[in-house]
Amino acid sequence: MPSEPNHILEFPGGYTRSVGPVIGRFFSDLRDGRLTGVRTAAGKVLVPPAEYDPETSEDTTGEYVEVGPAGTVTTWSWVPRPLKEHPLDRPFAWALIRPDGADTALLHALDVGVFEEGAKPPKFLKTGMRVRPKWRDERTGGIGDIECFLPEVTMINAPTRLEYRMKGGRTLQRFLEGVSEGRILGDRCPVCEQVIVPMKGICPRDGVPTTEEVELPHTGTVTTFAVNNIPDPRAPEVPFVSAYVLLDGAGLTMLTLVAGIPADQVRMGMRVKAAWRPREEWGRTMNNIKWFEPLDEPDLPFEAIKDYT
Amino acid sequence: MREIAVVAFVQTQHSGEDQGLHETEILAPVITEIKEKTGLSRFGFTCSGSCDYFQGAPFSFVSALDVLGAWPPISESHVEMDGAWALYEAWVKLQHGEIDTALVYGFGKSTQGVLRTIMTQQLDPYLLAPLGVDQVSLAALQARAYMERSGAKEDDLRAIAARSRASGRDNPFALHLPDPEDGDEYDVAPLYPHDVAPITDGAAAIVLAAGDRARELCERPAWITGIDHRSEAHSPGVRDLSRSASARLAGERAGAAGIEIAELHAQFSHEELILREALGLGEDVDVNPSGGALSANPPMAAGLIRIGEAASRIHDGSASKVLGHAQSGPCLQQNLVCVLSGENNG
Repeated sequence: MPSEPNHILEFPGGYTRSVGPVIGRFFSDLRDGRLTGVRTAAGKVLVPPAEYDPETSEDTTGEYVEVGPAGTVTTWSWVPRPLKEHPLDRPFAWALIRPDGADTALLHALDVGVFEEGAKPPKFLKTGMRVRPKWRDERTGGIGDIECFLPEVTMINAPTRLEYRMKGGRTLQRFLEGVSEGRILGDRCPVCEQVIVPMKGICPRDGVPTTEEVELPHTGTVTTFAVNNIPDPRAPEVPFVSAYVLLDGAGLTMLTLVAGIPADQVRMGMRVKAAWRPREEWGRTMNNIKWFEPLDEPDLPFEAIKDYT
Repeated sequence: MREIAVVAFVQTQHSGEDQGLHETEILAPVITEIKEKTGLSRFGFTCSGSCDYFQGAPFSFVSALDVLGAWPPISESHVEMDGAWALYEAWVKLQHGEIDTALVYGFGKSTQGVLRTIMTQQLDPYLLAPLGVDQVSLAALQARAYMERSGAKEDDLRAIAARSRASGRDNPFALHLPDPEDGDEYDVAPLYPHDVAPITDGAAAIVLAAGDRARELCERPAWITGIDHRSEAHSPGVRDLSRSASARLAGERAGAAGIEIAELHAQFSHEELILREALGLGEDVDVNPSGGALSANPPMAAGLIRIGEAASRIHDGSASKVLGHAQSGPCLQQNLVCVLSGENNG
């Protein structure tokens, strides 16, 4: 199509059409916020009502029945790029909707939420979906008195937020002090002699206070890991990898991010080193270490890490 | 019943782009060619199919009569539908027995407006048209209903489009479209762009003749052994969109059995599957060897072209029983089936 039309076919103000008693009843009820069908001689309820039974062409009975307004989607199509004539200006569905109590379906637009132009249909949009009309505030007696249909409520989003003023305890403060200086500190158990990192002040195995502070190297081995596909404030790009890393000389693993390698190439036994943020960004926080990155060293065999996985 | 046959068929080389031609300029060479082909310059009856909404001008079909040389006045009629229904009207007129020849044509230029939006004007003006629902959105509702009932997948639709486009590339009159590409964005889901017939400008004409007149005009006339059209309720919400009851009925009444080649006016991939089922066409039937409407869909001519393409297989001796189909209205509301035979040509 050329960009600007040079010929427009329009009847200014639109055609005036008489609606007759059956569609007139339907439209009048719509204006009142009700959905109405008509019963056929065979007992079926046609919505929208018609003057005749489409199966037998006999006159319908004139018995009007209030239906819905909730209904069920019997088929649908998805418009990724709405035309200017469409009722919504963002992606939406067309649906045939059978109101509760009706035997036929009504065509209307179905708004299932806000989507980017060109979006694929959402997975939850299905034949059988339960929907209800969204009535316009100002109704005039026409099919547009229903702005569109909306899915029935199946879920809510409950806000959750709690605020704290944390003091991590004396040992954690000492550990973060080390991190703020670019050092990773652990402490050694006097009984089993393993190095615990981050330092805890107590050996979880023997239940005794630790006695000796130990500075650990920034290199270690991935003992196990997970590939995450849900974005996290600390790792907005997905997929990202979270891993347990056993620092060289440590007796416990640390939970950290692993990056600098495609997620599908991370391995158990992979050798890694800490990637620190620039010194001027350091604070008393583990965020000083962005993540761990691969070291150009051979993987450790499973045997070497089996006790830590 | 009188014996009536398609004795000549002519179509334009259809175009997917506006060639700067008026509708009558698209049509004129087709009328000239079919007159030369049959040696006839006057016909007992003339009937055309077109749609004024494509030019946005009332009675625009009247100007097309200029290309006929309609003086002294001719016996003429028009349908605001596909030319296949003009052919039906001409067939009825021939059955009356007062004339022996009829010229039928259809034409449409859809590149100068937005076809899917123009087709909204054919809908019920109370309950459907005010919603702004367009032709492709409605077709997609039917596609979903069919796929959910039959289990057909998007790939099955893609295969229809791929086969149609491959056949179309062998047809000098069709658009030559590439194989469907993976990763296309939906047009209106579940339909991809390749599942939707291309915007096309074009025209076609057929000459019908009765009895011996047909034998004089054509070496192997394509005899119409059955022709029928049926319509369903207009509202898509009162019928089973996953099936075409009207196509089934028209097929039964037209005698659609033992068909070798079927030209189906499927404007969307899934329509071919619905029509195959409704008409009982098995795997042994060659469907749309011309590429069908998915390779060229000049509106108001594409249904007539299906009958012309099917008849051509009788004319060239490559088949002895064929079927041409045309549709009208939203979601295959109305269907016409024309069965043609060369079996009595000796």
